[in-house]
Amino acid sequence: MFASRQFWAAIVVVVLLAALPLWLSSYLLGVLTIGYYFGVFSMAWDLLFGFAGEVNFGPTFLTGLGAYAAGLLNAQGVDLPLCLLAGAGAAVIGGLALALPALRLSGPYFGLVTLVAVLLLQQCIIIFAGVTGGEIGLTMNDILSIDADTNYWIALGFMTVSGIILFGLSRSAVGLILQASGQDAVEAAALGFNITKHKLAAFGISAFFSGLAGAMMVFYLGTASVGIVVDIAIGVQVIIAAILGGRRTILGPAVGAVLLILAGEALRPLGQLSTFVVSAVALIVILFLPGGLLGRVLRPRGRA
Amino acid sequence: MLTVQILIDGFAISALYGLGAVGFTLMFGVSGVLNLAHGGIMVVSAVTAWVVAGEYGAGSYLGALAGVVAGIVTSFATYFLVVRPIQRSRAVPDVEKEVFVLTGTLLWGIMLQEAVAYFYTDNPKTVRPLIEGVTVLGGVRTPTNEYLIAAICWLTIGLLWLLVNRTKAGKALLAASINPRGLTLLGFELSRIYLLVWAIYGVLAGVAGVLLATFLGTSSAQAGQLTASAFSIVVLGGLGSVSGSLLAAYIVGYLETCTAYLVSPTIRSMPVLILLVLVVYLRPQGLLGRR
Repeated sequence: MFASRQFWAAIVVVVLLAALPLWLSSYLLGVLTIGYYFGVFSMAWDLLFGFAGEVNFGPTFLTGLGAYAAGLLNAQGVDLPLCLLAGAGAAVIGGLALALPALRLSGPYFGLVTLVAVLLLQQCIIIFAGVTGGEIGLTMNDILSIDADTNYWIALGFMTVSGIILFGLSRSAVGLILQASGQDAVEAAALGFNITKHKLAAFGISAFFSGLAGAMMVFYLGTASVGIVVDIAIGVQVIIAAILGGRRTILGPAVGAVLLILAGEALRPLGQLSTFVVSAVALIVILFLPGGLLGRVLRPRGRA
Repeated sequence: MLTVQILIDGFAISALYGLGAVGFTLMFGVSGVLNLAHGGIMVVSAVTAWVVAGEYGAGSYLGALAGVVAGIVTSFATYFLVVRPIQRSRAVPDVEKEVFVLTGTLLWGIMLQEAVAYFYTDNPKTVRPLIEGVTVLGGVRTPTNEYLIAAICWLTIGLLWLLVNRTKAGKALLAASINPRGLTLLGFELSRIYLLVWAIYGVLAGVAGVLLATFLGTSSAQAGQLTASAFSIVVLGGLGSVSGSLLAAYIVGYLETCTAYLVSPTIRSMPVLILLVLVVYLRPQGLLGRR
């Protein structure tokens, strides 16, 4: 796996991306920084959905938990690294809570539970507006860095490390067992694999990266609000990104997310129509290229 | 006073929820499609009714008619442009068709919503009530239109019942929901049954959208919320069960109305969401669903 052409291509891409601050304006770097965090959201979603086969319509439940747990602690004067850890921890707890129904429900039923989880979280944030800042949002005491280049490198490094871990995991025995249980849980269990344990692990790992990425993103932006980390529309964007890039490839969703965020910025002159165009492009990809943009390149031995 | 008020308002809103959800559940029962563009289609019919009734000065009745026609057209567009290409695609493996249809209709719903918002802004649009005036019942003044809405909803649902249970085409529809393969062996063309379902679905979504616009007003920004509420009602009642959806619509409608009147309108959907999680967890097939 590590000797393959793809591996060297990935290294070249990361090095090129790391060198981008030499040429790009800080505005473009900022856009890419957001894109990288979205890349982690999408990769984490892909582990749960593409591999474990859990229809998760609410990826923002996990990112939102991470972001708000970190933000609320920070408002109490807790140090930034501790806040990040707490954010990831809160998301893992949320992920395991979500895994509980997932072990009993399947398909659309579980999808609905995840959707409802996001709506409930959103309502809680609005009801406890006194603590959470409600719809206006929560302002952070600390931020990661004030320098655009540093922020960019932090985000890129974070995405790269997460990508390596998640990709490695997906190609390992654990990933294969997850994939098997996603496709046919009964048969996988009959082969002697502990489905419950693997699914719990998938939820935990996916939640860890979602929560950490959510927490880091709000410390980059300096503010946490429902519209940035919780809203269903953001979750839809994460899902579109993963499908655009190619599900079940881990790296595809990251590429899809960066492209999606860039496209959103590039289409900004179109105003309201930009969302329309992005959705239309994603729909066309689904209809004509169901494997996603990178599906053919990245999927191990593409199916006939 | 308040009790009567809650009873009346809850009845009207529940009837409307029921109508929206019946189309959604019928579609799933017969063709196995969960159409996440549901809210988008409702919004298109509502805004069409508003444009024809208001901008062109054609009056509420012609507007409502145009809205229902728009519902049918959008429903067919959803089928021919999004759902059928995915179902027939060779590149999508069979096990993943369901997920692709979900994602495809979700995207299509966003496109409908954004297109409406682009041409007619996302301000809430209210179509003039079909009949003016106020009715006093049990000491509560309610717009007569609210009674009319409940009546139209139940009339439409009744007609649907007659169509499904008393006509040949309807019985074929019912059979398709039970065993599509057996039906094809008897020489029925499944694709024509699907066309019928999408037509019925378009009428139901169109009527629901138009009535909603005369009742509470509709904005394109609500599309996602409308889809989510139809989806929750249908899952609460049991996927594919029409009577379950109606029961669930009334539970949801009254729960929301009670919360809004007795506690606070800001948390009106909260108890429903909690109930939904509980039901899905304790009884995943829904209230009246089959497994």
